[in-house]
Amino acid sequence: MKNTFSRRGLLTTLGAAAAGVLSFAAARKAKAAIKTVFVRTNAPKDYNPYDHKWLMCFDVDKCIGCGLCVDACKKENHVPEGPTYFRNWIERYIIKKPKPGSDAARGEVIVDSPNGGRDGFPPTTIPREEILKSFFVPKLCNLCEHSPCTQVCPVGATFDSPDGAVLVDPNYCIGCGFCIQACPYGCRFLNPETKTAEKCTLCYHRITRGLKPACVEICPTEARIFGDLKHPVENDPIQNFIQKNKVNSLKPHLGTDPRVLYANLDKEVR
Amino acid sequence: MALDVTNVVVEALPRFEGYVYPNESGTHPLWGFLIVLYPYITGLVAGAFIMASLVRVFRVKPLEPVYRLSLLTALAFMLCATLPLLFHLGHPERSFQIMITPHLTSPMAIFGFVYAWYLMAVLLLELWFDYREDFVVWSQKTSGIPGIIYRAFTLGVTDISEKAIALDLKLGWIISIVGIPSAFLLHGYVGFIFGSIKANPWWGNVLMPIIFILSAMVSGIALCVFNYMFLTWVRRRKLDMRCLDVMGMYLFYALVIDFTVEALDWIHRVYSAEEGFHVIEYMAKEKLFYTLSIGQVLVGTLIPLVLLGSLQIIRKYVSDAARKRIYFTCASCILVGVFAMRWNVVMGGQFFSKSLRGVMSYKLEFAGAEGWLMGLVLLSLPFIILTVMIKLFLSERLPTTGHVPHRVDDAVSEI
Repeated sequence: MKNTFSRRGLLTTLGAAAAGVLSFAAARKAKAAIKTVFVRTNAPKDYNPYDHKWLMCFDVDKCIGCGLCVDACKKENHVPEGPTYFRNWIERYIIKKPKPGSDAARGEVIVDSPNGGRDGFPPTTIPREEILKSFFVPKLCNLCEHSPCTQVCPVGATFDSPDGAVLVDPNYCIGCGFCIQACPYGCRFLNPETKTAEKCTLCYHRITRGLKPACVEICPTEARIFGDLKHPVENDPIQNFIQKNKVNSLKPHLGTDPRVLYANLDKEVR
Repeated sequence: MALDVTNVVVEALPRFEGYVYPNESGTHPLWGFLIVLYPYITGLVAGAFIMASLVRVFRVKPLEPVYRLSLLTALAFMLCATLPLLFHLGHPERSFQIMITPHLTSPMAIFGFVYAWYLMAVLLLELWFDYREDFVVWSQKTSGIPGIIYRAFTLGVTDISEKAIALDLKLGWIISIVGIPSAFLLHGYVGFIFGSIKANPWWGNVLMPIIFILSAMVSGIALCVFNYMFLTWVRRRKLDMRCLDVMGMYLFYALVIDFTVEALDWIHRVYSAEEGFHVIEYMAKEKLFYTLSIGQVLVGTLIPLVLLGSLQIIRKYVSDAARKRIYFTCASCILVGVFAMRWNVVMGGQFFSKSLRGVMSYKLEFAGAEGWLMGLVLLSLPFIILTVMIKLFLSERLPTTGHVPHRVDDAVSEI
């Protein structure tokens, strides 16, 4: 009889231990939830993320592929050197004419982005008479309303800030790479030095202090338009841009609802 | 500096065809060989447990000789299941955050809990209730370190009266019933980790968890066949042919269902031919030809399907020796084939760019954290653990008690 009780006692103890671990987890979870909003974002203390809603727009026709934005981003954010780490990059699209006798509207599509476009683009080897049209497309984090990257993070180290930025806490990220796999736009990479996920923060340390992101600041053709939807200025460039252009986003069928909008986007851009 | 960087691009270019996003153009895929091992090992756990459940819950008496071996196999592989994940992390020292600050919308976070539940609440408890009486008896008979281990594993509960044993059997039976959906959940969840990624047309697929569960059952049963035959050969004992035939039968049925669902997946992909299908088609025909068409389909599915299928019809005309060879061949083929399937899923999803405009190449290295040497070590580890467990818990010198699991009904009715 005594032994039967001891087995029951053992099970009770195990159950209690499990309950203890679970409630500990709940407490830590609550703490983490608070942390995601207030801690480790490089923002000044008086910055209220609920008081802003940032938006980034591109006019594809204005981009000349100079690569200054890529260079500025690398320098401003200490992005690791090397051709495989970019918070923003530029793609060159060359759409060839259809082959003679073909009934297609357009020919082969050739895309490249040597060193992310940082050094500009070398002249193409495709003969001029074969090219139907060519254009540049700047890319960065699409600031998804329903971001698949933050959804899959196992610890909540990457999160949607209320102001629309999608951020990563490098002191919390475990470096599993799940968010990098989940991003449909290839905007994330694993930093080889910190071994954590990294991405465009919209230069969070700048925008929270009233400055523009480095790439917007340096763009010589004003192909990048950046602004705060909650604080429109007089003759607001963002509002004008949306009013005057028919805008589109990348991979809209995935339901991520990006808040990076493009004007004059070709259907070949993915 | 700019020139150096450009040179690197030029050197890296031959690895790609078409256009890949700059962040995807690293020298290695983000998830390498270790992540291939993770679903493979987890699948073997789930499959081996389902095999044991056939005895305990579905009362398939001919499989009794492999009951405990299956459970121990499941435990040995379970103990190693998270190691590849852990070694792969950029910050393994932060891995505990998954358990204490889980992000509830993440499949990977919930996997931590499913894993913990399965290990602690299902496998360990079931084995303990199963072995408790033996531990008590063995601890009295054995001295030295094994004796201490047996005594420790009784956890101080030494009551082996009829009533206590009946309770053990009843509880073990309940845990086993809970264990079946848990095993499905465990490996279904691994499938969901990949299936939930809508960014990747190779992975984002509603059938992925089901395919993972079915292939897990196939690989788990094949592993039990392999282990049983190997152990019997090492011990120079006679194989129980009835047991082997029944295992072969279940292996065949599981393989038929697995093949059907995987074929359905492909038929759907080909017929609907959604965006990105041209890349998937290219992958299957070119990049993954050897691992998909040869490894997964021919070696892992068609050959065993034909051999095992034929045996279901003409079994009585085939000699024992020939059947043994066929079963061993099929089990080995399936273990290779399911490994190829895991490779195709994990690596296949990273061999093409999410721009759907380019593909990448990858050559598995020998050394390094993601090299095949490391993979071999991690894959050997569960077998080493299993060998120690077999020495301790399936020792030929220590006979087990007569309480076999399928008599649980009698035991339950006695209470």
